Amino acid sequence: MKNFNGKVLFLDRNDINTDEIIPAKYLTEIDKKALKPYLLEDLKLDNFSTNKIIEKKAIITRTNFGCGSSREHAIWALEANDINVVVAGSFARIFRQNMFNCGMVATELPSEAIDEIFSIFSNVDTNITTDIEKQIITLSANKISKNYSFRISSFDKELVSIGGWVNYAHSKY
Amino acid sequence: MGKTIAEKIFESHTIDQPGEETFVITLDAVFCHEITTPTAILDLMERKMDKVFDPNKIKAVIDHVTPAKDSKTAQQGLILRNWAKKHKIKDFFDIGRNGVCHALFPEKGFVLPGFTIIMGDSHTCTHGAFGAFAAGVGTTDLEVGILKGVCSFQKPKTIKVEIKGNLKKGVYPKDIILSIISLIGVNGATDKVIEFTGAVVDNMGMDERMTLCNMAVEAGATSGICYPDIKTATYLWEFIKNKYNSVEDAVTDFSKLISDIDAVYEKIIVYDISDLVPLSTFGYKPDQVKPITEMEGTKIDQVYIGSCTNGRIEDLRIAASVLEGEKVADNVRGIVSPATPDIFKQAIKEGIIDTFMESGFCVTNPTCGACLGMSNGVLAEGEVCAATTNRNFNGRMGKGGMVHLMSPASAAASAIKGYITNSKLYEAGENK
Repeated sequence: MKNFNGKVLFLDRNDINTDEIIPAKYLTEIDKKALKPYLLEDLKLDNFSTNKIIEKKAIITRTNFGCGSSREHAIWALEANDINVVVAGSFARIFRQNMFNCGMVATELPSEAIDEIFSIFSNVDTNITTDIEKQIITLSANKISKNYSFRISSFDKELVSIGGWVNYAHSKY
Repeated sequence: MGKTIAEKIFESHTIDQPGEETFVITLDAVFCHEITTPTAILDLMERKMDKVFDPNKIKAVIDHVTPAKDSKTAQQGLILRNWAKKHKIKDFFDIGRNGVCHALFPEKGFVLPGFTIIMGDSHTCTHGAFGAFAAGVGTTDLEVGILKGVCSFQKPKTIKVEIKGNLKKGVYPKDIILSIISLIGVNGATDKVIEFTGAVVDNMGMDERMTLCNMAVEAGATSGICYPDIKTATYLWEFIKNKYNSVEDAVTDFSKLISDIDAVYEKIIVYDISDLVPLSTFGYKPDQVKPITEMEGTKIDQVYIGSCTNGRIEDLRIAASVLEGEKVADNVRGIVSPATPDIFKQAIKEGIIDTFMESGFCVTNPTCGACLGMSNGVLAEGEVCAATTNRNFNGRMGKGGMVHLMSPASAAASAIKGYITNSKLYEAGENK
């Protein structure tokens, strides 16, 4: 399994699309790792710069994350930066499926929980630990620590543990 | 309990249910292009699993960047080309025969009612116009589709949009779908199928239905879908004539797919389009939509007519009828990309290409082109484009550029004036 723990990057906006996550001009790369420097290059978000990505291992954001193009390059750009978990109010279907297909985690929390997380943690250095078995994420910063439970289907859980959809489908169909 | 068309298609294709809500279905077609497929091919090679489930059910095209613009895109084309040859994929479309996938594949008869189709391209939902379940997927889903001929989906909950009323002259399916997206929002149909029904859809030709279904994904939908009918059967007749005695026989067969009267929907929207006016997007999301009149005077630098949304022959006819005898404004670069070689040839035959060129448009070969800013027609920082495409995302057509989505009629009219404006086709209708 991949690593789902570490420092959190907060992206305080709805509807962040895959063109913003990885612009189309980089889709000429066939090596996934080559996408690393271009993650979130076109993100339209006040006070954001790509320097903020450094050392982050998770993203927490609002609703409809990953909408637009089906490009899995968006997921690979995250993976190349060792970001394997995204927590959001909601996801676009293809993005969410691509994450689990790559053995990564895209988990939804209710909007009240997301609001609370942003109000408590978004301005401080925050760490996430993800317990997939117990279906709990723990966020901690300074002396504050909070747990949030999430739902993950048995199928998605299996995709994460087996390393993605190709491995799953190859063993079953 | 009755079933929707999507549920009927799922039922006949389901081979496994690995989770409460997850269904694995068999695929009737897997479509491939040169941007999202090479990584899947290379991964299969690395895993020593470089096989295809059925070469006859795989269709491939080089369309996003063609002719290749640099070494990297040449390499992507090469990988797809060699792979198609190796696996005897006979329906592979390269230079001279290639065009925008979602316009080309229906033209070749690869999309039939009741089919299940995936492609590593979000606008695969276009093919729902034929009564197929067609969905965009990522490269991993595509890879498994190529290898095993299956894909996993959530149970297809459906939003039914019943479109009624009389469309005003100069208002088009592009305006209808923009208004629907603005009505339900960019995630209003996430994980759902949008079923487009009603008299307005019944009266639409296949080109128009494709425009409607094409942008279903901009509301988050898995697929758009229309009921197959006499228009579907007539369009496809050349490809299905060995299977049916007559067009009517085909229609009777197709009608089994149509949603039952007691089908259960997530939501039903009855939408009267009689008062609809030509629309344009104004921000960076496709649900940010205003009447063209409220955008009137917005200066533009480029007009792009083409793409899987509006690059078909009907679209070019409409745009040409606006451009006839007019010139593109001095401050505007007009670019048109007929979506396929057949559309291109037909447009030449009808004098449409002549009209475009006389008015000062640059005519490109069939390609996805400026729509995603990957090859030609890229905007400079701060530039504005009126486009018949499907996405106005920040940076979509080039870093720092702004895209306003609209119909071919509105885009052509804006090219002439040099700013966003309504077409004479609409203005004439107004004055009636």
